[in-house]
Amino acid sequence: MDATGRPQSLLLLGGTSEIGLAVADAWAERSPGLRVVLAARPGERRDAAAARLEGRGCRVEVHDFDALDDGAHVRVVEKARAGGDVDVAVVAYGVLGDPELAWQDPEEAGRVARTNYTAPVLSGVALGAMVRAQGHGVVVALSSVAGERPRRSNFVYGSSKAGMDAFYTGLGEALRPIGGRVLVVRPGFVRSRMTAGLDAAPLAVGPEEVARAVVDGVAAGREQVWVPRPLRPVMSTLRHLPRPVFRRLPL
Amino acid sequence: MSAGAPTVLHGWGRTSPSVATVRTPVTADEVAAAVRGAGDRGVLARGLGRSYGDPAQNAGGTVLDMTHRRGVRRLDVDAAVVEVEAGTSLDELLRVLLGVGLTLPVQPGTRQVSVGGAIAADVHGKNHHVAGSFGAHVRWVDLLTADGAVQRLRPDGPDPELFWGTVGGMGLTGVVLRAELSVRRVETSSVVVTSERHGDLGEVMDALTRLDHEAEYSVAWFDSVSRGRGSGRGVVLSGHDARLDELPVAQRRTPYAVPPPRSVAVPLVPPVSLVNRLSGRAFNELWFRRAPRHPGTGVEHAFGFFQPLDGVASWNRLYGPRGLAQYQLAVPHDAAAVVPEVVAAVAASGHVSCLNVLKRFGPGTPSPLSFPMPGWTLALDLPVAPGLAGLLDRLDAMVLEAGGRVYLAKDSRTPAHHLAAMYPDLPRFAALRRRVDPEGRFASDLARRLGLLTPTPAREARP
Repeated sequence: MDATGRPQSLLLLGGTSEIGLAVADAWAERSPGLRVVLAARPGERRDAAAARLEGRGCRVEVHDFDALDDGAHVRVVEKARAGGDVDVAVVAYGVLGDPELAWQDPEEAGRVARTNYTAPVLSGVALGAMVRAQGHGVVVALSSVAGERPRRSNFVYGSSKAGMDAFYTGLGEALRPIGGRVLVVRPGFVRSRMTAGLDAAPLAVGPEEVARAVVDGVAAGREQVWVPRPLRPVMSTLRHLPRPVFRRLPL
Repeated sequence: MSAGAPTVLHGWGRTSPSVATVRTPVTADEVAAAVRGAGDRGVLARGLGRSYGDPAQNAGGTVLDMTHRRGVRRLDVDAAVVEVEAGTSLDELLRVLLGVGLTLPVQPGTRQVSVGGAIAADVHGKNHHVAGSFGAHVRWVDLLTADGAVQRLRPDGPDPELFWGTVGGMGLTGVVLRAELSVRRVETSSVVVTSERHGDLGEVMDALTRLDHEAEYSVAWFDSVSRGRGSGRGVVLSGHDARLDELPVAQRRTPYAVPPPRSVAVPLVPPVSLVNRLSGRAFNELWFRRAPRHPGTGVEHAFGFFQPLDGVASWNRLYGPRGLAQYQLAVPHDAAAVVPEVVAAVAASGHVSCLNVLKRFGPGTPSPLSFPMPGWTLALDLPVAPGLAGLLDRLDAMVLEAGGRVYLAKDSRTPAHHLAAMYPDLPRFAALRRRVDPEGRFASDLARRLGLLTPTPAREARP
């Protein structure tokens, strides 16, 4: 990481995530020769992402990574470190799941909870060890405003993001004295593959706007950002509404 | 020696902090033990932390705080040589030297640097055009290398390659334990200073060129913040060591007086940078008005002339939580036109460089990584703010085009792939590292960032 907040190397856990790749694009533009490590399941999407980033002048490495494989987190972080220090790691994977299925079907509930909470915790543990060894490193955790107050419409997803958000907020405190920083990113509705087919909520943003907030947030040394920024006061208000009122809102 | 504790370290610019295990060796054996005991993240000596960026940090590794090895070991007044521990500050050394009518032949812009740091960065001063850099006045160094052995190296051998690699080598060849320096006799601790105001940058540069042959010391400050008529105006300072008969009569009985150590400090880091367009203009106006309208000559204490900012401790805190990036470039004489181009680019960018220092360099040393080269050098102090990276990248392009370079002791952001073009002797330095430190024991954040430890694939594949 240089004095202006530009990384020289970037690890994307969830290397085919649209937001994650938008972050890589944003930094590729600013840091010529950026090293990008894509940790993702093998496949066409990963190949396409690697090719596109190489076209933008990045040095790209790909590693197989399945977030639901408990041992994979430490392994993939070690592989990424073998090629040099990791300046920024983005925990970008996650699933929305089927909200109605997710609170009634044990399998779907488990999948959402493990992908959005257990796996990020294991990633965080591996990244914490990396920061301790390197003496520096920034971890970017893609959380969601859905975690700030659970809504009837997608509370399993919301609860998993709430747990993940709390974990990374705490990890930020734990890593401070050993040279690490954590940026928790709370986007609202992001128009992406994950939300395809859903009606966009108010204040919806694209992956590029989230990416810009991440790049600026890391450069400024921030610890949490809302995207777009007005969501912070909006969510703060929503959090304090009495439940009978909140329940009636069309959210 | 302490067992070592994880400590957050940053440079004077307060950017890119990282954590290392800091140990405080005193004896050569303790240094050797710390070097041998370093883990895979390596080890690095640190002095007073006045380099601006990340050269005195070693994230995840060991950092040796050398400031406990201090003091003058031997002072030969007749021969004008001094043997000194590497962790001694130039402030402490100068106070000893001036007490017996001697001074350092090269004085950088702050006395708060260690002798080891001054050698590692091959620092320069306002007399570079006649005296060269700090390394030119080092008679020998005792260098502890990766194998734990101590060698006494001289400029003309044994192993001149390692001596000159250590001068300007940013601590990557070993740990300097001790050095012998040539010093210089003076009649007083003051300087006779002439200051001239000039209306634009062209006049400032003409004046500096003329002063090459007239003045022992010369430097210029100019304004890049004000717009319109004030833009590029500057003050050129020149001077020579004051002779006894040049002092005011009242001072002639104590010609070597030195002011007591400073006491004013910036107490805390403000939440935002206090250096901005408004304060920048006010500062530049004041600095300009302080100089007399017509060329004037006066006697000033050497400390105030050479190190005007040393009067305020921790002034770097004024730049707020994001810190400051200093950009110091050198370009050859035939590329003098780059200087006004750089200044115009900075002025047009909206970024505020509060303090701009311009100076002409004389010949450099044989060191592969030493900064000075015959030509012009310009230093800019910039608060870190959004968009700064792009501006400095554009300045890099101008400097590279001109065959120039940036100063590693000030650097905190140069992209690794520019280094080989800026320092054509880089392969010589890499070969030296392979010979004296084959396992890469000596490491720093700067070295990692610039690919000095192992050539990065980027540098091989993408020139």
